[in-house]
Amino acid sequence: MKCLYCKSIFVTSIGWRDLFGLDHEPLLCEDCRGELVFIEGEICRQCGRAFSLFPEKYRQNDLCSDCVEWNQKGRSISKNRSLLQYNSFLQEFMAQFKYRGDAELIKAFKSGLQTLFNKEFRDSILVPIPLSKERHFERGFNQSVLIAGLLDIPMLDALARPLHEEKQSKKSRLDRLGNRTLFSFKTGSEVHGKSIALVDDIYTTGATVEAAGKILLDHGARKVSSFTVARG
Amino acid sequence: MRFATIPTKLGPFLCPEPLANQSTSLFPISKLTELPYPPLQSDFNFDPDLQAFFTGRLLLLDEIPFPLQTIQAHYLHGFIQYEKGITKEEHGLSCRRCGNQDKELFATFSCYRCKEECAYCRNCIMMGRISQCTPLIRWAGPATGFHVEEPILRWDGQLSELQSSASERVYELIGHAGEILVWAVCGSGKTEILFAGIEKALREGLRVCLATPRTDVVMELFPRFEQAFPNTQVEALYGGHSSMDRASPLVLSTTHQLFRFEKAFDVMIVDEVDAFPYSYDKTLQFAVEKACKDEAARIYLSATPSEDLLARVRRKELDVIHISKRFHGYPLPVPEFTWCGNWKKGLKKGYVPKVLTEWVKRKLDSGRQCFLFVPTVKVLNDVYECLKSDSVDFVHAEDPERKEKVNRFRKGEITMLITTTILERGVTVPEIDVAVFGADHEVFTSNAFVQISGRVGRSIEDPYGEVTYFHFGKTKAMASAKKTIEQHNSRSSREIDK
Ligand SMILES: [Zn+2]
Ligand SMILES: [Zn+2]
Ligand SMILES: [Zn+2]
Ligand SMILES: [Zn+2]
Repeated sequence: MKCLYCKSIFVTSIGWRDLFGLDHEPLLCEDCRGELVFIEGEICRQCGRAFSLFPEKYRQNDLCSDCVEWNQKGRSISKNRSLLQYNSFLQEFMAQFKYRGDAELIKAFKSGLQTLFNKEFRDSILVPIPLSKERHFERGFNQSVLIAGLLDIPMLDALARPLHEEKQSKKSRLDRLGNRTLFSFKTGSEVHGKSIALVDDIYTTGATVEAAGKILLDHGARKVSSFTVARG
Repeated sequence: MRFATIPTKLGPFLCPEPLANQSTSLFPISKLTELPYPPLQSDFNFDPDLQAFFTGRLLLLDEIPFPLQTIQAHYLHGFIQYEKGITKEEHGLSCRRCGNQDKELFATFSCYRCKEECAYCRNCIMMGRISQCTPLIRWAGPATGFHVEEPILRWDGQLSELQSSASERVYELIGHAGEILVWAVCGSGKTEILFAGIEKALREGLRVCLATPRTDVVMELFPRFEQAFPNTQVEALYGGHSSMDRASPLVLSTTHQLFRFEKAFDVMIVDEVDAFPYSYDKTLQFAVEKACKDEAARIYLSATPSEDLLARVRRKELDVIHISKRFHGYPLPVPEFTWCGNWKKGLKKGYVPKVLTEWVKRKLDSGRQCFLFVPTVKVLNDVYECLKSDSVDFVHAEDPERKEKVNRFRKGEITMLITTTILERGVTVPEIDVAVFGADHEVFTSNAFVQISGRVGRSIEDPYGEVTYFHFGKTKAMASAKKTIEQHNSRSSREIDK
């Protein structure tokens, strides 16, 4: 079959099909799959980054020192889990998905995301991070909705993004950490007492999901976590 | 984008969603069975800048740096047409920009622009997404004229006898509908044979395009064309550098960038001599045909003409000129096949076959420079790990240090260069051998092999470099390359004899 990303022809080994069934047949060729780094092994309990990727001295038990610091200030997101390391291959891959608008690409991660969701977020409902109207029109789709859509679980359109993203990306990290007005709550959304998994493409500083989580908690959500494809 | 259909006394016309009245019903362009084209009203005061920008182009709305109101006004007066980006044909979907009809290369998503399940073309996604609701927009008014000041051509080089007869044939074709195949090998001096013909075309106010699958060929030819045609605004189009200025009479373009043209050119030169690792596939043929005017002169430069072209030559539908004898008149080296066992398995365990290490050692000991071609970047990295030393380096198509490395190789500071790609024409090293490792891999087509042979033995002092294919099972491509090279050589020797 043809690799979804690089379009080269490849053969799936029989073993793969026998083990996982046709549904789990990989859509990417061996070379492309080889470029992906799955997050495995010991991770920070909170932000979900792999301990193997940074110096031991930034680790305190099962937390990274960023999270220890952040927890003192209080935070709304109980945990983040990402499927993949945001390496240079994945950066290009996600750029083709998001910026060039190649919606189909995200299907390559379907089974991986399903497995991660079942392991970590079982009883949560999905709330995709929204785009502004301008950005949504320009792109034609919202990448978070496409990601959430891979899971065959009901999703809730509980948030809106009144500001155009352009203004946001120019701000520094600190600015963004303090930014809580990024999103607004869509009145009537049923979040009360629910455990919610926010869905986004990339988790970098966590500021985006943090801002979204705060609003959901304010409106009565029991717990908010973050479910992302890539960990920057 | 969605459109409203508005009835008028001249018939219905389209109005794009952002300009439409709130209450009118809107449809994606794909859902409109018939697209109205308002008649050309020649007394309309059209925008000459828009004309100069747009002539011969077929673009997405996002690619047009003019306000939507301006575009719509020109549409209403028949100077612009909206077209479906993707059409539904009997057999399935078809992309109007790149010609893709392969089911595997269409996908759908739930589209916020048209509020429908919207199919898009994955084949030309790198040029900006075309989906079913995306209009393609063309200029339908009078075309911009081109005029180039004399002297048009500044070049005083000498052509060989074979070159000048080819040059004359090209010159004669300019201004007529017709086709010619120039059968040239890498290093045969094919650019120069085009100059006289291009000069004639520019003098007659015609528009000329040279298209090639490779970005680096465009980059390399650009300064040469600018120098040869000093009074012409030469336009170079390749990925990441597609200036969208006024239409130019002389365009150098990668074949992908051609997707943005329609009925633009009077003269189309397709240079696939150095195409490897890209192939001149169906998509690119479509792009070339679409970019040509109906009565265009078409010139194909090729080292390894496709079976289609050759069949047309045999049926006498297509004229052919050979400049297959390279400028020093020596034949291409015939490849030698060397079986090297299961090289993939070896690489996984971290070693390369002994026959290869021995070959490399022989070259390095003798100090003779060589290229080692490998099929993929992954293999490149693995092989380099096994062979690395002070005199060995590697380069691939996207290598940021590509230029430096090539320069160091040219200066002789590197003895062996491992590579996935044919290098720029500037790399003519006097004494050189070539090996292809993993020659049974599918990237090595027969055409690729012939082009690889074209890199070897390119000087009068040392015309007989050697070419070795290390393989785990002989492929059709290998055999056919060998045959093609032998045929080339026998033709060359006949021409030398006469
Ligand atoms: Zn691939
Ligand atoms: Zn952490
Ligand atoms: Zn297309
Ligand atoms: Zn659409």
